[in-house]
Amino acid sequence: MIPAIGELSLILAFIFAIIQGTLPLVGAWRNKTTLMNLAVPTARAQSLLILVSFVVLMYSFYANDFSVLYVASTSNSQLPTMYRLAAVWGGHEGSMLLWVAILSIWTIAVTLFANNLPDTFRIRLIAVMGLVSVGFLAFILFTSNPFDRLIPAALDGRDLNPLLQDPGMVFHPPVLYMGYVGFSVAFAFAIAALLDGRLDNAWARWTRPWTTVAWMFLTLGIAFGSKWAYYELGWGGWWFWDAVENASFMPWLVGTALIHSLAVTEKRGAFKVWTVLLSICAFSLSLLGTFLVRSGVLTSVHAFATDPSRGLFILLYLVIVIGGALLLFALRAPNVGLGEKFDVVSRESFLLANNVVLAVAAGSVLLGTMYPLLIDALGGGKISVGPPYFDAVFVAIMAPGLFLMGLGPLAKWKKASIPEIGTRLKLAAVISIVSALLVPSVLGKISLMAAVGVFMGAWIVSTTLILLQNRIKTKQLANVSLVENLKTIPLAFYGMLLAHLGVGVFVLGVTLVKGYESEQDLRMEVNDIAKIGDLSFIFKGAQKVQGPNYISSQGKFVVTEDDKQIALLYPEKRFYPVQGATMTEADIEPGVFKDLYVSLGEPLEKGAWSVRIYIKPFVQWIWAGCIIMALGGLLALLDKRYRIANKNLTSKAEEVF
Amino acid sequence: MNRTLKFLIPLILFLVAVGFLTKGLFLNPREVPSPLVGKPAPAFTAPILGEAGKQFNSADMKGQVWLLNVWASWCAACRDEHPLLMDMAQTKRIVMHGLAYKDVDADAQQVLIAMGNPYNKVITDTDGKIGIDYGVYGVPETYLIDKAGIIRYKHIGPLTPEILLTKVVPLLKELDV
Repeated sequence: MIPAIGELSLILAFIFAIIQGTLPLVGAWRNKTTLMNLAVPTARAQSLLILVSFVVLMYSFYANDFSVLYVASTSNSQLPTMYRLAAVWGGHEGSMLLWVAILSIWTIAVTLFANNLPDTFRIRLIAVMGLVSVGFLAFILFTSNPFDRLIPAALDGRDLNPLLQDPGMVFHPPVLYMGYVGFSVAFAFAIAALLDGRLDNAWARWTRPWTTVAWMFLTLGIAFGSKWAYYELGWGGWWFWDAVENASFMPWLVGTALIHSLAVTEKRGAFKVWTVLLSICAFSLSLLGTFLVRSGVLTSVHAFATDPSRGLFILLYLVIVIGGALLLFALRAPNVGLGEKFDVVSRESFLLANNVVLAVAAGSVLLGTMYPLLIDALGGGKISVGPPYFDAVFVAIMAPGLFLMGLGPLAKWKKASIPEIGTRLKLAAVISIVSALLVPSVLGKISLMAAVGVFMGAWIVSTTLILLQNRIKTKQLANVSLVENLKTIPLAFYGMLLAHLGVGVFVLGVTLVKGYESEQDLRMEVNDIAKIGDLSFIFKGAQKVQGPNYISSQGKFVVTEDDKQIALLYPEKRFYPVQGATMTEADIEPGVFKDLYVSLGEPLEKGAWSVRIYIKPFVQWIWAGCIIMALGGLLALLDKRYRIANKNLTSKAEEVF
Repeated sequence: MNRTLKFLIPLILFLVAVGFLTKGLFLNPREVPSPLVGKPAPAFTAPILGEAGKQFNSADMKGQVWLLNVWASWCAACRDEHPLLMDMAQTKRIVMHGLAYKDVDADAQQVLIAMGNPYNKVITDTDGKIGIDYGVYGVPETYLIDKAGIIRYKHIGPLTPEILLTKVVPLLKELDV
């Protein structure tokens, strides 16, 4: 009976969502307080009901209730509890439920924390979120119900795909969805503003913290996913330009542009129309991404043909939400006034350039992702344009953007002077050029790509530090200690510094791992030694190990440097009998300067194995960079002005940057 | 430009995209006829993977029916197709050459070591020029070329047992292989 409670909650949530999405809007339009007052209670009821059904589904997984079709197809009684719970989002239906569950969390947060907005605006905001929810709930209830029953119940389940049986599965999807779905709040803010006719600095200030939180989660979610791919797939790659990855990367690029253009709108009242459009685009790309990933369009467009109702529903939903939003935009945006004027050389111009770069980059990723789908739709098979396209196009687009990152924050609002910026950045230029020449020669191989990459990374890091020094100098009060001075700088400024530093660290990591990784593919017998540089990898043979729901061949490798043991690695080849699948589990010794990475290929005759050994220099910097970026977001969020400024809407925002 | 019209651009772009998606949704998955089918296969000379200094000349294939399979180490769909290619190679019924499209030689070799090599020869197309001549949309793709050097069939995407049985095998019979 318990699954029925889940289904019933979903149906009730659907009804509440319809009320939440319609009547308060009418109320706000006709100025009827009774209707407007419905927004908050229905939103909370709707959200709690969804969370109830989510918990019910989780319980069904926990209790191995194989009378639920979805549980039977994605779980198994032998599956460890942690993965049974994570299996909730291991398939299409559950992922969709996770999506609305996370939307509920955001909705509840909006009803709790967005209480200092003008009434009609807040009501419209909540109603728009209700409308987003209606569509998703309808999609779940009519085409992808996770509570569909299987009578008679299956004896056991078909198991979670072994590739997904990893701690990464527990964290990655919820964090990623927090980011994806979080952009729905910025979207709702944009739609509410268009409906309200209110697009001003205050609007931008309200939107900013919500956008930053979503962006933070998305950054972390993508980083988790990349890390997971790195150790799980056994090829040592960390980004594959796979359509699923691109689907999460496009909203990130647009979201990053949005964060920057919101800053301009808040400070200078400029870019208003553009900011609204970016808010709409960020969420539209999230939706597109969710559907590309979840609808089965990606494995094959032909999945649509087998279940056309699902595909049609998806399209209809996209047309209503995105099309409706863009129509509203076309009707309302022309009336929005322009912001304050600015010079060709100014902070505004640099941020505009940043936005153009990020938007074009997102567009190029979109093109590369959709192109194979179009070919598939036109009757071809599943093809890939792959890294050759993305590496060439994406890097070329982003490089100027990275360079401008160093200049932008130093430029003054409204009108800046190039010679002035130039003087400030002389030191950074020297540091970057020296690093670009020095680092590749120290690492032993000089290439143009490595030099350019190191230059960009060093450039971002050094300009960011100069920015801090500069800030201390200009704001310095006489006879006050350095620490006191540092304390007067708002957290948001530190947040920006940290996020930019993160980008620098990330660029360095990418450059160095791309330029200096080494790998060997070999056949190793017991006690064979593979030498890579100063390191020796000694293969100590493989033995059978019994896991909870798999049998594993576990290899043992001793790694020595100058005859001293520096690491022990146990890569595995696992066999999962339920799905008859074999999985490679690489073992990695992570380090600040290099990762040692060993994975087992195939067993050969007489205890020998084919073995892959990689040395990945600075690869951890890639994820460290992402975490630093996210921490930057966190600092910006903690800035006290959001709390103070929100209470006093007329107060002039402090000069943050 | 009219100010209101300018603001309609995003909506128009979006609707065009939807148009494409809708078409994809209802289109019968049917082969796009390649303009090259029935035409002579473009001639090329290119290095052979793992055989330093040796060149592959497509003209040498005259008088033989052969398959040209375009693949790459960076292509996930190629990995799906790979076991089937291995099975085909076992039967030794037809000569199949691989074209390593926009690939790094070492990466391509690594895949062949790890997953097995179904090809008689692997031709390297590092800069993708041969791919352009053949009108490669993306990888994987497979071409069937007859004794006179005419392309008789082209398949876009991974080969499947079904495609082999319904398309390739009847053609091979027709061509007396």
